[in-house]
Amino acid sequence: MRYLFLLLFVITSNAAIAAFSIKQVAQGIYVHQGPIELPDVRNHDAIANIGFIVGKKCVAVIDSGGNPAQGRLLKSTIQKITATPICYVINTHVHPDHIFGNSAFKDIANIKFIGHAKLSRAMAARGAFYIARSMEQIAVNLTEKDIIPPSISVKDFLKLDLGGRILELKAYPTAHTDNDLTVFDKKTNTLWMSDLLFVGHLPVLDGSLKGWLNVIAELEKQSFDVVIPGHGPIDRDWPKSVQAEKHYLQKLATNVRAKIKQGKYLEDVLQDDDSIFKAQWQLFNEFHKKNLSSAFAELEWED
Amino acid sequence: MKLQKLLCFVLVFLLPAMAYAAKDENLWNQVLKQQFFAGKQLLKGDDIIQLSTPVRAEDPALVPIKVTASFLQTKEKYIKRILLVIDKNPFPFVGEFEFTPDSGKADIAMRVRVNTYSYIRAIAEMNTGEHYMVKKFVKASGGCSAPIGADYDAAMARLGKMKFRLDKKIQDGKPTMAQLLISHPNITGMQMDQVTRFKRRAHFIQQIKVTFNDKPILTAKTDIAISSDPNFRFYFVPTEAGELKAEFTDTSCESPVSRDVCETGKSYTQTYRVAP
Repeated sequence: MRYLFLLLFVITSNAAIAAFSIKQVAQGIYVHQGPIELPDVRNHDAIANIGFIVGKKCVAVIDSGGNPAQGRLLKSTIQKITATPICYVINTHVHPDHIFGNSAFKDIANIKFIGHAKLSRAMAARGAFYIARSMEQIAVNLTEKDIIPPSISVKDFLKLDLGGRILELKAYPTAHTDNDLTVFDKKTNTLWMSDLLFVGHLPVLDGSLKGWLNVIAELEKQSFDVVIPGHGPIDRDWPKSVQAEKHYLQKLATNVRAKIKQGKYLEDVLQDDDSIFKAQWQLFNEFHKKNLSSAFAELEWED
Repeated sequence: MKLQKLLCFVLVFLLPAMAYAAKDENLWNQVLKQQFFAGKQLLKGDDIIQLSTPVRAEDPALVPIKVTASFLQTKEKYIKRILLVIDKNPFPFVGEFEFTPDSGKADIAMRVRVNTYSYIRAIAEMNTGEHYMVKKFVKASGGCSAPIGADYDAAMARLGKMKFRLDKKIQDGKPTMAQLLISHPNITGMQMDQVTRFKRRAHFIQQIKVTFNDKPILTAKTDIAISSDPNFRFYFVPTEAGELKAEFTDTSCESPVSRDVCETGKSYTQTYRVAP
């Protein structure tokens, strides 16, 4: 009987699965893995890893996607998989591929949007810029209505009970951005690390290089059964998957520090040969020089 | 995801028509030239100054540019001031930098925000009154509307802090390069207040004065096109031991593009002992 039910489930949800791939990576934890691509008019910025966690009473969405349609797709996928109501939408940070599906969830009764204490301010600072670019860059007409700031802010730590399932949300000092949040599920020992972890896709520095290295050092010491990155495949062998990112960021720091000490200027560093950084990273040419630029501007303040 | 960089990438490869159209100089010829140099003749400046810019900016909010003078400053012949303009920025005036014979050489380097594909112009005014102009086209997008800076709070926490960095070898009587780093977010202003209840006025460095033993070597008026945490490179001539002093004042304005309603902010000072 159980197998018939399962078969029926597979048949009926096949359409959803075909349109929007979703995978259960741990019990009750579902992830849609985005492609490693630049945002463009074809993918409409649906490039991040997004998903949800199911408890007995509540479902928590973790990042809603890069555009409202993706948000709606995520919502309908959730509703096909479980009848448990969606209570929370957690945005792990301000980048557009993680927040612009929010509007799909705003009409759900009692829905709560959650983010780092600095997320609202970041949305205010960047929102107009993201919206102005959207038609040209990703062929989606984003408007102010698609910016939905959190009503619950996490300053350090927040516990969320989904009904027999506690999620621990942690707010970090500036790292990937200045508003990074992770979600830890005690039940399965899963850490949803989001963009604090990039696998395959070159890490994008939009916060603090030193801060990010500190966070990696801290999380490396802990053991998790499953770690979910913001881009790239799931890690079941933590801290294996963060080594490449750690080495890249460390190399960035060492290299740029040395150049600053040598008296090199920003424009010189941007023209240097940077093949030593490339390793196996995808989208290296698209992001590395900007990372160099950010790293330089941060490290030139060191004494 | 860093959108500014991605946009540059997309624009260059998918919309060449736009890039071409952006090379027009109508705005300069019809509006800005009049605004800044009414009645003055602008000569071709290639023998007087050179302008170095990247062809394409890696980060439109942090574009390194440099003006190099072709000769040393002397009492008889020196560059009195250099004006920088970015045609298509929402506020085209980037900064006005004043030099004296004591400056040694009227070079100036900094990082700027470039909001869209545009010409950047440097106009030098000689002590004898002539004006010379050079220009370079830069491909960048979104510098002014891009996020303030990766770590706004860090910049605010050390707001006003300044660092001097000098050439390792300070040569007595010869022009020596100095770098002045100023910690300041230099923000252009913020929107989205209806949605997120955040509103912030433009808050930027307006005036900078650098002296050596109380003699002015660089006096500047700057605006929102200067990148967050400004870094200026310039020359001075250490003829004796002494003190480099930098002073800046910031301001806050209601609008990113109008300077009608502004409030003068605070002043900050930093000194540095020089012993050639």
